[in-house]
Amino acid sequence: MAKKVPLQITLNGEERAEFVESGSTLLTALRDRFDDTSPKGGCNQGTCGACTVIIDGELRLACLTLAEMCDGASVQTTSGMAKGGVLHPLQRAFMEGFAAQCGFCTPGMIMAAKALLDRVPNPSRDEVIEALAGNICRCTGYEPIINAVLEAARANSHNAA
Amino acid sequence: MPLSLRSFGTVEEASAALKAPNARYLGGGTLVVRAANEGDLTFDTFVRATDARLRNIEITGSTVTLGASVTMAQIVKHPALAFLAPAARAVGGPAIRNMASVGGNLFAPAPYGDFAVALLALGARVDVGGKTVDIDRFLATRDESRDVVSAVHFELPKEGAFRFAKVSRVKPKGVAVLSIGALIEQDGAGAVKAARIALGCMADRPMRAKAAEKALIGSMLTEDGIAGAAATVGEGTEPITDPVASAWYRAEVLPVHLRRLLLK
Repeated sequence: MAKKVPLQITLNGEERAEFVESGSTLLTALRDRFDDTSPKGGCNQGTCGACTVIIDGELRLACLTLAEMCDGASVQTTSGMAKGGVLHPLQRAFMEGFAAQCGFCTPGMIMAAKALLDRVPNPSRDEVIEALAGNICRCTGYEPIINAVLEAARANSHNAA
Repeated sequence: MPLSLRSFGTVEEASAALKAPNARYLGGGTLVVRAANEGDLTFDTFVRATDARLRNIEITGSTVTLGASVTMAQIVKHPALAFLAPAARAVGGPAIRNMASVGGNLFAPAPYGDFAVALLALGARVDVGGKTVDIDRFLATRDESRDVVSAVHFELPKEGAFRFAKVSRVKPKGVAVLSIGALIEQDGAGAVKAARIALGCMADRPMRAKAAEKALIGSMLTEDGIAGAAATVGEGTEPITDPVASAWYRAEVLPVHLRRLLLK
C-alpha cells in the first residue's frame, strides 16, 4: 500500500482536503479524490495537454505534477468556470463556434486559453496559436478553436466596455 | 508498485537520499513523472530539494547563473536573457515551459534537450555534487551521475554572437528533427576567431561539431566562407532514428540548416 498524505488545495475557489497516495499525480487526485473529472488523462506524457490546469495562476499539466507538491496551492479547472449556471465566455464561444467535436481536448484547451486571456485580454491570432501549442485536438483541425478564443476575447472586451 | 515523494530543504540532503538505488531526482517532472506514468520500474522514490535558490537567475558582471530549477518560462521572460529565449521557447508548449527546468534538460535524451544544446554551445559550467565541471564532460558522464545538479553558469555572449535554431515539422511546437546552437566570435573585419557549435538529435545527447568549428576559424560568414563547416558538420555524428525522422534524413539536412543558421 502506498503511503497516504494529506492534501489541502483551493479548488476553483473552494477549500478542499483529501488524503492522496504519495507519489500520485494531481490528475489522479483531482479525478479520483476530488471528483473533478474535467481534466482528462490523454497521453500521461505531457504531449496532449488534455490534463491542463492552472496552479497558482500558472498553466501546468496535472499528469506530470505530483499531487502532494500542490499542498496549499490554488487549482483552477474548467469545471469551476461556469458561475451560477452561466457559462464563461470561453465556454460559450467554444459551444457556439463548434470548437468541440468529441470534447476530450476541450477542458485543456479552455484552460490554456484562459491562462492567455488572463494575461493578454486581446491577443493576436498568432498569440492564440502559440498559447494552444501544447494542446492536441484530433477532431476540429484547430481553426474553430482558435476562432472561439478570439471570439471570447472580443466578448470579454465588450463586457468590460 | 507504490511510489513516494521525499522532499528535502537542501541539495546536499537530497543528494544523500539519491544514493538509494530506487531513487530518482525530481525536477519539473516532465521527464521523471512521465517515466513513472510510462511504467518505469527502475525507481519508486521521487527525491526533490525545495531550496528556493534553485529557482534563482543571477547575473553578476558578465556571468549568468541559472539555478537548476529555473524553468524555461522564467528564461523566456527574463529581459537580460533575450538571446536565449528562442532556445527556451523551443521546449514544449506553454504548460511544459512552466514546469521544465534547466537541470532536467541537461539529462533529456534525444530528441529532447534543445536547451542543453544551447548551453553546450555557450560552453556552460555545471555545478554538480559540490564540483563545477564543463558541460562537455558533464554530458559525457551524465548516465553515471548520482549527484544533483544545482546550477549552471555561462558568460553573456557579445551581441549577435549566439545563434540557435530548432528544426521541427510541426509548428509552433513539435519534436526536433535537429537543433543547432552556435557561439561565434568574429574579429573587426568579420573573420571567425572562435566557434562552438552544438548539435541536438545528432547523437543520444547534445554533441559538439568540432570539425565544423575548426573549419570556420579565419573564415567569413559567407556562402564560400562556411562551405568547409557545412561539409564537415556531420563528422562524428550518429543521428537518432525516431518517428519524426530517420538518421539518414537528419544527416542529409544537417548541413542545410547549419548553412541557414550561419548566414542568418
